[in-house]
Amino acid sequence: MHEMSLAENILQIVEGAALDQGLQRVTEVRLEIGTLSGVEPEALRLCLEIVFKGSLAEEARVELIEIVGKGWCLSCQTEVTLHALYDPCPQCGKYPVQVTGGSEMRVKDLLAE
Amino acid sequence: MCTVCGCGQGETKIEGQTHVHGSGHAHTHADGTTHSHSHNHEHHHDRPHHYGLGPAHAHAPGLSQARMVRIEQDILGQNNRHAAANRQRFREHGQFAVNLVSSPGSGKTTLLVETIRRLGDTTPLAVIEGDQQTQFDADRIRATGAIALQINTGKGCHLDAHMVGHALDTLDLADDSLVLIENVGNLVCPAAFDLGEAHKVVILSVTEGEDKPLKYPDMFHAADLMLLNKIDLLPHLRFDVARCMEYAHRVNPNLVVIQVSATSGEGLDAWIAWLRHGMEHAQAIRLETVAALKQRVAELEAQLRTT
Repeated sequence: MHEMSLAENILQIVEGAALDQGLQRVTEVRLEIGTLSGVEPEALRLCLEIVFKGSLAEEARVELIEIVGKGWCLSCQTEVTLHALYDPCPQCGKYPVQVTGGSEMRVKDLLAE
Repeated sequence: MCTVCGCGQGETKIEGQTHVHGSGHAHTHADGTTHSHSHNHEHHHDRPHHYGLGPAHAHAPGLSQARMVRIEQDILGQNNRHAAANRQRFREHGQFAVNLVSSPGSGKTTLLVETIRRLGDTTPLAVIEGDQQTQFDADRIRATGAIALQINTGKGCHLDAHMVGHALDTLDLADDSLVLIENVGNLVCPAAFDLGEAHKVVILSVTEGEDKPLKYPDMFHAADLMLLNKIDLLPHLRFDVARCMEYAHRVNPNLVVIQVSATSGEGLDAWIAWLRHGMEHAQAIRLETVAALKQRVAELEAQLRTT
């Protein structure tokens, strides 16, 4: 996907927080990434490594918290776990399943000094 | 790189002009030339020691002084804020904006040229063209007599809301205009970037293969309308229209599909009707807002007269 743009946006959020809260150094960044968000975790890690270079987050450990995809099956009228956007309902095998969670891309929190 | 756009600094160009930000925007340059950070990580005695603010809330000296900072921010929050501003602007001016997305070569520009021709001179409209390089597409649109503005994204693989906001500043469109935004040919990245449009319209041509909605589900999920283009070529191809539509509806049950051919003109009436309906709706909202404001002014004036 566009992991480089996302990495730049993450650094911008981190730098904004650092400015607001007088942080000198960020040692850990925790991100919530939904399994249906289209983000390739390893590509994002690599981009963050590049983007963080020379910043206050240069040495930050990046933790990716996976948010499992969820959907509402219109046939079963119940919430089910989804592994991909186009998957059928794991209970009844039918389509469609409306996505209700798992498309998140968020900066959750930081560990900083 | 410009962290506002997420594109290469100095690479994004609007009508060939390098895109420069006004003051107040943060810049981070990938080569580090103008981006300076203090690397002094020694003790700062001008700042208090927050022993109790560590992750373990430890009050004992010698433990980590790192503290947890809650952020809870959407990574695309900045883009979404720009998109919301664009959407507000479209709403206030009764403009109907559509974001046209597809893979390269789906026939987007040809379809647009034919669309503009059929809408005729009386429909106020403008086209924002996104490509990595060249002005070719904007030139093709301008040949129809329509207003077109080219954004070159440089290395960027998608348009973002900030670039579109700048384009809108430049265009200064009439009220009730149709705004056709032709995104960079890419079925992946533009899905995630809201530009403030009313609808994403995905264009898939029958020469591409009917399984594209499953191969690139994000885009078909994000779109509200699919134009299945080049259907005049169906007799020469093994393309199963019904299967393609079934795949598309698996990914997005609410996706509306119109089959079109920019060459033969088939299906274009339905597409034009869809656009006109959207324009009328956008205009109606503007007029309602204006009417509500006029009524409010009249009420206030009446109050002033009585007091």
